[in-house]
Amino acid sequence: MADIGVIESPPRRRRRIKPSMRWPLALLTAAVAIFLFYYLDTYFRGYVPPAMHEFVSRWLPLLAVNEAMVYVLAALGLNIVVGYAGLLDLGFVAFWAIGGYTAGWIMSGFFQKDGLNFRFFGSQFTKVNNIGGIHINFWTVLVAAALICAVAGIIIGAPTLRLRSDYLALVTLGFGEIIYEVFYNGDDVFGVNVSNGTQGITPVDAVRFLGFDNTGALTWKDLGPFDVLPKFVIFVGLVALVLFASIRIREGKLGRAWLAIREDELAASSMGVPLMRTKLSAYALGAVSGGAAGAAFAVHVSGVLPDRFRFDISILLVAMVVLGGMGNVWGVTVGALILAWTNSTGLPRVESAILGSESSRGATTVFMFVLAAALLGFGLWLVLTKRSAGPLALFLSGISLIIAVVLIISDNPTFQFLIFGSVLVLMMLFRREGLIPEARTRLVLREQGRTDAESLGADMEEVAPELEALTDEAVHAGGTVPAAPMGAADPRGTDGDRGRHRA
Amino acid sequence: MTATMTQSALTARGITVRFGGLVAVNGVDFDIPLGGIVSLIGPNGAGKTTFFNALTGLYRLAEGDVLLHDRDITGLAPHKIARLGMARTFQNIRLFGLMTAEENVKVAMHSHLRSGVASTILRMPWQRKEERLAHEGALDLLDFVGIGAVANEYARNLSYGDQRRLEVARALAVRPTVLLLDEPTAGMNPRESAIFTDFVRRVRDEKKVSVLLIEHDMSVVMRASERITVLDRGEKIAEGTPEEIRSNERVIEAYLGKSGTEG
Repeated sequence: MADIGVIESPPRRRRRIKPSMRWPLALLTAAVAIFLFYYLDTYFRGYVPPAMHEFVSRWLPLLAVNEAMVYVLAALGLNIVVGYAGLLDLGFVAFWAIGGYTAGWIMSGFFQKDGLNFRFFGSQFTKVNNIGGIHINFWTVLVAAALICAVAGIIIGAPTLRLRSDYLALVTLGFGEIIYEVFYNGDDVFGVNVSNGTQGITPVDAVRFLGFDNTGALTWKDLGPFDVLPKFVIFVGLVALVLFASIRIREGKLGRAWLAIREDELAASSMGVPLMRTKLSAYALGAVSGGAAGAAFAVHVSGVLPDRFRFDISILLVAMVVLGGMGNVWGVTVGALILAWTNSTGLPRVESAILGSESSRGATTVFMFVLAAALLGFGLWLVLTKRSAGPLALFLSGISLIIAVVLIISDNPTFQFLIFGSVLVLMMLFRREGLIPEARTRLVLREQGRTDAESLGADMEEVAPELEALTDEAVHAGGTVPAAPMGAADPRGTDGDRGRHRA
Repeated sequence: MTATMTQSALTARGITVRFGGLVAVNGVDFDIPLGGIVSLIGPNGAGKTTFFNALTGLYRLAEGDVLLHDRDITGLAPHKIARLGMARTFQNIRLFGLMTAEENVKVAMHSHLRSGVASTILRMPWQRKEERLAHEGALDLLDFVGIGAVANEYARNLSYGDQRRLEVARALAVRPTVLLLDEPTAGMNPRESAIFTDFVRRVRDEKKVSVLLIEHDMSVVMRASERITVLDRGEKIAEGTPEEIRSNERVIEAYLGKSGTEG
């Protein structure tokens, strides 16, 4: 070993950024860039070229970014449940809704009707205008929403977590629907109005926090519907907090227990990991983030509307986690940003670009036809040569693209969903571990070609000489060696042994 | 405790396990003497693993009691039984494949770690100290079973032999007083099995555990165990020292069939 130490390694370019710091730094840089752009764009318009203003506010409107941040919060919460603990939850939007309505109840004039009036460092506006109801400041509401959701997570989890995989997914799906229906029809629960029903609760109070006055100087103020930039800063802070907590928890005792349960429940419980408690804590901690997202969303849209808590949001959240890379917070963050952006900005812009003029519509139609034909052809080729299940999915996405073309020709904007669906299908075909997968998951999903036995065989071959030496040593030492090898199950070794036994 | 305290690490009385109408284990009495190595043998389908799973809380007992150091553990959840000092390995290796060897061992320390969520997020000094001790403890255990060099490898990438060793290291991390090994020499050749037998002795002596071994391989059983219990079709048919078992007619019959019927 000493000899090796003397040899100097070839001069390498020094890596300045640790690999683990790359994503946080990239995301932080993006956040700072967005902040600076919109700060200049709002208060010092003269410094921003008109073309740039046009482009950025068209393709990256700040409202859409803020909404995406709320999705990131919820997706990170879901990642704890799905990615870390491996429990599929198809009703996660329930926590979002509960968090949202918590904000709606204690941060608006909602309870004015019942003569309830209470104020705790709430918005200045409601104080000056003496609006009734409960007005608690945003940060307290955030904590309250998180805690209420944690409790809700435990209440829901206790009976449902005894179920496994598919059954659990179905029950959570049902639960998500129940919560939605309760709020949707909540204007008359035995004569009590708890949610204003379809109208929702509006307006929700403004956040009292640091904002900018007309000159762009910092000042304390109520952040109304037009103070999008300060809210962006708040959301970035919340996301950073949840990211930090997620990573830390994963590295600790609880994170290991979650992983173990994801891998093998039975073995984990036999090693002293309490299954119910550990699963419940995943639910509760995931719900905390989901609740925070709910409160943040209520502030983002200055209201709570039951329409925003529908089943498709749950599915979108699961898609964000899976597409980004289950279990990897950076993947989930990027996945959520991309999907939320695609949903809110990307597809509508693409649509208007396509339907904007006759010529662009014609060009797009041709392009989509070619793409659809290529997918179908590729799928057919795969069916004929490889005989796997994937080609079927390729077929389906090809067909859906053709339908999309038909819809475009007939001026029907629902083609968006078809493109969205096709992209997801292709993603699962060619990169099912997600955009930025967890190292562990990549390991499994990328070695499909090899069976377990094959990989085992390969490994054994690599260590065979070592084990040979160990076993020999053991025998010479009369069977009482310090590092007693318990089993060198190497096929070559076995043959060798037989030979020796016979001799 | 009084002087009447038994010398048993584990006592099982009248263990019966039923699956619907099928009686898999029927009224088996069994005990592991303190610091002893005992074996449970029997032909395929005799109910050995079922008996094992019943002891460790994975199966519900139809009848019977299990005492661990005079403490009744009948019907407790598996993780509680583990916490009280009973750890096991699995016949078909059940490691956490996508966790490293070290992480596998640390999972088994779960019930000994005290830090909560808040102190983990804030990385409080006591949490850091606890994690450091867990890290060192895990490496010690991996060294003890002889696979310290692969501490950072994913369990699924380890060789078969190393996986078997890791199972033992993981079970030891529970800090058991009773260690249950389910066919640990499956897939080993005679020499490896012999080495393993000595390893079990070493575990017993150094880690101060009482060992229950399920085995198929008679040479391992005869060499390793101080006492042997034989199961056949869910019932205990014999119990005694290796010499007694070797010459027991019912055992020979169970393994080889009645003379005459075999032709």
